[in-house]
Amino acid sequence: MKNRFGRLAGSASSLLITLFGLVLVTFLIGRVMPIDPIIAIIGDHAPEDVIARVRVELGLDRPLYVQFGIYVWQLLHGDLGRSVMTSNTVVEDIQRYFPATIELATVAIVIATLIGVPLGVLAAVRAGSRIDIGIRVFCLAGHSIPIFLLALMSLLVFYATLDWAPGPGRADVGLEGMVPVVTGFLTVDSLIERDWDSFYDALAHLVQPAGVLAYFSMAYIARMTRAFMLDALAGEYVITARAKGLSNLRVIWRHAFGNIAVRLVTVLALTYAGLLEGAVVTETVFSWPGLGQYLTVSLLNADMNAVLGATLVVGIIYMALNLLADAAYKLLDPRVA
Amino acid sequence: MSEAINRAWLLSDAPASRAQAAWGRRYRLWCDFRANPLAMSGLIIAVLLILASLAAPLLARYDPSAQELTNRLAVPSAQHWLGTDELGRDVYSRLLYGGRVTLGMVLAVVLLVAPLGLAVGCIAGYFGGWADALLMRVTDVFLAFPRLILALAFVAAIKPGISSAVAAIALTAWPPYARLARAETMTIRNADFIAAVRLTGASSARIVLRHVAPLCLGSLIVRVTLDMSSIILTAAALGFLGMGAQPPSPEWGTMIATARRFFLDQWWVPLIPGIAIFVASLAFNLLGDGLRDVLDPKQR
Repeated sequence: MKNRFGRLAGSASSLLITLFGLVLVTFLIGRVMPIDPIIAIIGDHAPEDVIARVRVELGLDRPLYVQFGIYVWQLLHGDLGRSVMTSNTVVEDIQRYFPATIELATVAIVIATLIGVPLGVLAAVRAGSRIDIGIRVFCLAGHSIPIFLLALMSLLVFYATLDWAPGPGRADVGLEGMVPVVTGFLTVDSLIERDWDSFYDALAHLVQPAGVLAYFSMAYIARMTRAFMLDALAGEYVITARAKGLSNLRVIWRHAFGNIAVRLVTVLALTYAGLLEGAVVTETVFSWPGLGQYLTVSLLNADMNAVLGATLVVGIIYMALNLLADAAYKLLDPRVA
Repeated sequence: MSEAINRAWLLSDAPASRAQAAWGRRYRLWCDFRANPLAMSGLIIAVLLILASLAAPLLARYDPSAQELTNRLAVPSAQHWLGTDELGRDVYSRLLYGGRVTLGMVLAVVLLVAPLGLAVGCIAGYFGGWADALLMRVTDVFLAFPRLILALAFVAAIKPGISSAVAAIALTAWPPYARLARAETMTIRNADFIAAVRLTGASSARIVLRHVAPLCLGSLIVRVTLDMSSIILTAAALGFLGMGAQPPSPEWGTMIATARRFFLDQWWVPLIPGIAIFVASLAFNLLGDGLRDVLDPKQR
């Protein structure tokens, strides 16, 4: 037990160092930019003395390490600055946009798991067969296709040509803003309101972007499932189970799969983290009002406070998910002492 | 006749020289690799793409920037094999020249990143102690960002363009190599042959450069090949978001970005460069998968 606490303290300290590095990197990116932050705020026609005054007000005349200290101090108070574009604080903006991204990524990972895991198991059970090769190519294709192309083509086919799916955005124009915000997840909020029209509409809008993201992340899930299953199926306990006369399905799902489930949790957490990245491009194509779109729009407007705030938040969540993956593995698998 | 002799020489169980042993090993790896049809198709496509980009001036039928405004967004035809874009430029010729930009960016990133990652990883793994702790913490920081997002922030801070895109991708791509090289180095570090080299008086630099680094190369090559596809995708995504190569450059992601407005009516204009990205990325993925099976069987 004592050993476990020691290790916990060790990983907590390395976590803090990484977090510090994360903050330092975003701070430095913000300071190397050639666009003068003052001109971005007050325009380049301002008189000299105004520029000088704003420089002092923003603390930009201080040495870099003092500026960094101020930056960290503000961060500790939950202050990421104000977005020039929306004129809200960046924290408010992120609170508003982030639930949409989480909703999208969560639905995507559910779809990816429901399809990817059985495919991986099937590929492992039929290792070397045509089915195995087919699954491998199908998944590799999902990993190789640019996600924005997939998104554009999906819009072209399912929205513009077949008219099966609603267009871009999170809700139909008529239904937008009809449901009061409770959790920020449109599907959950409309369920709370018992507003079935809004619920079906939100769900219909989710299917396409979530499906695109799911195909993108399925490759990794299926590949890892296959590799773990190949390992497990070669185990002696599987031979024992078969020798006892258990059915094939029971051996595969109860005995072999039961043993790899913990390792899969790790894979799922890592995939979820990876979805944050795919979400940036997918959200742009589907006009999905999430953090990814917020980030790209701020980028195009050189709104550095917003860019850095969003980058930092994504970095912290990414790190937390990676950590969670590690912790889940260590806690759930008794073999990792 | 001579082929049979060569084969016997290569497969000899008792090689007479170091060179013969080395070539024999390479030949056996090649035989393993050749037996994998997916990997071979990846190799062939990748080589064809590289050759086509190199020979772009010979293969292109038009100047990639020549505009023909009376013939905008034309469907593929005998004059324009893949149609024309929104300024009437020949898509086929732009695709060829765009391959140079895309593959050039990949090459630049790999040349920057692989040696850096190898150096960081070997030094951290070989010396251990505080050097290891310091270097690995730095690596952790860069691993803590999703790749595309750090690259986006970085490019936004400098200036959108090809060279900043390369720098940004390189900045985000090196940590996994460092991790990999460190892990490999740590398994080699305490081997008997390293102790023997040390006893003969070799310096640390010599041991790392001549004896440790070459042994990390196998898994590094696999990783680089698999990574090429993700570099292609990141470069294309940067281009698509307007943060990579800038128009009128025929970079594939940028081509899609400018043609995106027409995708509901002239869908082939953005689709064609998209297919090029897909094919290139798939080729490197297949190739990397095959190389992994041959060079790094324990990773399978």
